[in-house]
This record gives sequence, structure tokens and C-alpha cells, in this order.
Amino acid sequence: MAITPPQFLLHHDGDNVAVAMTDPQPGTLHGRSVKEGTESNAILNHAIPLGHKFALTDLAEGDAIIKYGIKVGLASAAIKKGDYIHTHNMRSYRWEASRA
Amino acid sequence: MGSKPRLMGYRRENGTMGIRNHVIILPLDDLSNAAAEAVAKVIPGTLALPHAYGRLQFGEDLALTFQTLIGTGMNPNVAAVVVIGIEPKWTQKVADGIAATGKPVAAFSIEGKGDLQVIAEASRVAAMFLQDASALEREATEMGDMIMSIKCGESDTTSGLGSCPTTSQAVDRWVAAGGTVFFGETSELTGGEHLIADRCIDDACRDLFQLTYDNYIKVIESTGANLLGSQPTQGNIAGGLTTIEEKALGNIAKTGSVPVVGVLKPAQAPDPAKKGLYFMDSSSAAAECITLMAAAGAVIHLFPTGQGNVIGNPIVPVLKLTANTKTANSMKEHVDLDVSGLLRYEYDLTKAGDMMMDVIYKTVNGRLCTAEVMGHREFTFTKLYISA
Repeated sequence: MAITPPQFLLHHDGDNVAVAMTDPQPGTLHGRSVKEGTESNAILNHAIPLGHKFALTDLAEGDAIIKYGIKVGLASAAIKKGDYIHTHNMRSYRWEASRA
Repeated sequence: MGSKPRLMGYRRENGTMGIRNHVIILPLDDLSNAAAEAVAKVIPGTLALPHAYGRLQFGEDLALTFQTLIGTGMNPNVAAVVVIGIEPKWTQKVADGIAATGKPVAAFSIEGKGDLQVIAEASRVAAMFLQDASALEREATEMGDMIMSIKCGESDTTSGLGSCPTTSQAVDRWVAAGGTVFFGETSELTGGEHLIADRCIDDACRDLFQLTYDNYIKVIESTGANLLGSQPTQGNIAGGLTTIEEKALGNIAKTGSVPVVGVLKPAQAPDPAKKGLYFMDSSSAAAECITLMAAAGAVIHLFPTGQGNVIGNPIVPVLKLTANTKTANSMKEHVDLDVSGLLRYEYDLTKAGDMMMDVIYKTVNGRLCTAEVMGHREFTFTKLYISA
């Protein structure tokens, strides 16, 4: 299964966040979904470290962030496609007090 | 894979199967740590298990400390136990609890004698126990004879993508072979607890799971605290995990696809007649969780990590695997299996599972894991509330 190492992975097709698999610079990255194996390209707006997330779609404040096909948090600010996502713009929906 | 590798373990007096052969010096309480550690120095090859508690505890909290001490002594990786306590009554209670297994146990108490006399007396017995234990031979065993536990730590986003799915492979194979597996980390199911509830084997199991989960979360939420930095931890956040829900789904990714057959209280041993995957109510703190699982009889532990955890346990080999290539390279001495190739698509999950099983077989048969080599022996009690 000789496949070019993906620069990002998403768990499921339809997830609106992806995880960087290198320490990527801004630009167009190639990646794939783990479950379905779908290959895709995505835009990254900022340099982020391995393992950190970026948005695959535009998100408004309060929108659900979907990973593993499941809601894993809410956008706590407006997020543009390609933006870095972490504690500065995403929060838990279960533990309301858990925010940066 | 060709023929199944032969697994060899130590059959204990009560029929349980261990993969290590420790003679432990078990302090009843914090006051007895010094004497216990002295005995282990006098008789090298025995292992002292110092800890911080055992005094002025009461009710359910005290019961859990007794259960942890007795369960640790009963663990099949332990050949014999010397218990040392400040006073004779509780010391004997722990020794009697362990003696139910039929393994050699001796109790010593310090009041009225002092450390030096107790160290002399206990060392004589420890020497005899160690010599006898060294004569025990391994015999053929199988996964169905043993309990494995799983718990992840310093997780990051690579955990849910690589090291946890690899652990899942081992869980499914272990259970398919007739074995038992523990998972826990109650609060760390938040956002995915419905996935576990759906996998409970019947309504009784599901109701107990939900009640256990709800009770734990009630305690956490009643504090009103901002948990960011605690759960997820600062390490999780540094690794890219943002919320408890995101962390939970990665955590759950290590539990395999088999049904949950039962729900255990902290340190509670499962019904030996009912094999399969059990949920144990427990903290997500690594040392606490693994100590509880060992006290319930787990003999080997799988520990997927992302950012790199160094955890070990005095009596149970803790195997660490990571899919984070940076961690695999920067913390080599703590990593038993590097599955970062999975995320580069150098091999598939089945192959990663094969690699995991290979490490497990070798560890069962006596090869020391990195935590054992590095001397990581975290023995940490779960405290339910303040002492009297």
C-alpha cells in the first residue's frame, strides 16, 4: 500500500476539522480520511504543529465542530476555512466552564 | 502470522496466571514505608511498594484502600507478600485478605518493636519468600487465562488516529481469545459515553454504566471549576486536543469493538467466569487508574500515548505505544512500540495490531518493557474524600 504520506488526516468524510500530520506551512495540503480513505486537498492559513487542527469549512460562532463524525465542541469565535482551531476559538459544549 | 507464539506464565496457588514473579514488601500505611523500603534493600530482588495513605481513612474511602492493598497482593504477578504496618490489626486484615489466594504472606507490625527489629524479622521471611519464588517455573498459558488493562495518557490527536486504534486491535484479539480486558477513565468518556452505553451487553449493564458515569460527572460538575488544563490536560492541549469531547473520542477509540460485559467499582475484581471487556469506574490519572486495575487482577497494561508519558507500575508491565513520530524519536526509552508508520500509510491497522501482539507476547514471556527497565513503579491510591 504505497501511499504518499498524507499531510493531514480527518477521521471521517464530513468532519469539518482536519489534523496536521507534519509541521505544515500555510498553503495547499494533501490528505485523506481515515475511515473512508477519501483523498482530498485543503487550504491551511497558518503554520501549525503536528497534531493540531485546522478548519475545512467556514464556521460561525456557536457552530458544531465535527470530528469522528461526532460533535466534539463549538466554535467560540468565527472561524474561516483553513484557520487554526484550538482553545482560542473552540470550546467544550458539555463542560460550559471549560474555556480559555 | 504463522503458528501462535507460545505464552508462558506463572500459575498461582488459586489457579490465576501471572507474567511476573514479584516478592513484594507492602506497607499498610505511610508510616511503614521506611521499614518496607529497608527490607527491600536488605533483600535485593524484593520490591517495596511505598505509598502515601492508610491512616485515619474511613468508610468507603478506607474500604477502597484495603481493596487496593489486598488486590495488589492478590495480583497473579505477585508470588509472595510481606505486609508491614504500624499496628497489628489492620496489618493482619490485609495479610489475611491476600492469604485467601493461598500464596505465601507474612505480617509484621512496628508498634512495640520499632523499625529495626521489624526490618530484621521481615527480612528473614522476605529472603525465604524470594528464594522460593525463584524456584517457580513458567508454564504454558493463553490469553484466556489473563487480564489485560488499557488506559491512555498524555494523549494528543495522534492517539485517536493511531495508538488507540492499534490498542483496539489488541483488545478485540485478546477478548476473541477468551481473555478479559479492563478500561476505565470515567470522566474521559464525556461526549462519547453514549457509544459505551450502546455497547453494554444488556440493560442491567447499561443502567449501571450510566449511573456510574453520571455520579462521577456530578462530583466534577458540582465544583463548578474550569477544567481546561486539567481535563483535557495541559499536555493534551499542547498536543492539539481542545475539548473533553475530542479527547474522549480518542480515548474510546482504544476500547475495541467487543461488547462491554460488566461495570466494576474501583479495584473490583471481575467475575472469573465472565470473560470479556469490563468498564472500571476510575480516575483518568494514569498512576491511579493503573494501580486500581492491577488491584483488580490485570497482569499486563497497554498505554497509548501521544505527547509521551513515562508511567509504569510496580507489579504490572505497562507497554507504551505512540503514533506521534516526534514522541517516538524524542522519548525512545519510554516507547515500546512506534506505530507512527500507520499515519504515513506505511502499513495498515491489521499490521499495526500484529506488531502490538508481538510486543505483548514477548512481554508476557518475560521481556522487560521500557517502564520496567526505566524503573517506573508508580503506586498511587485513589482517595475518595478527606481523612478523619
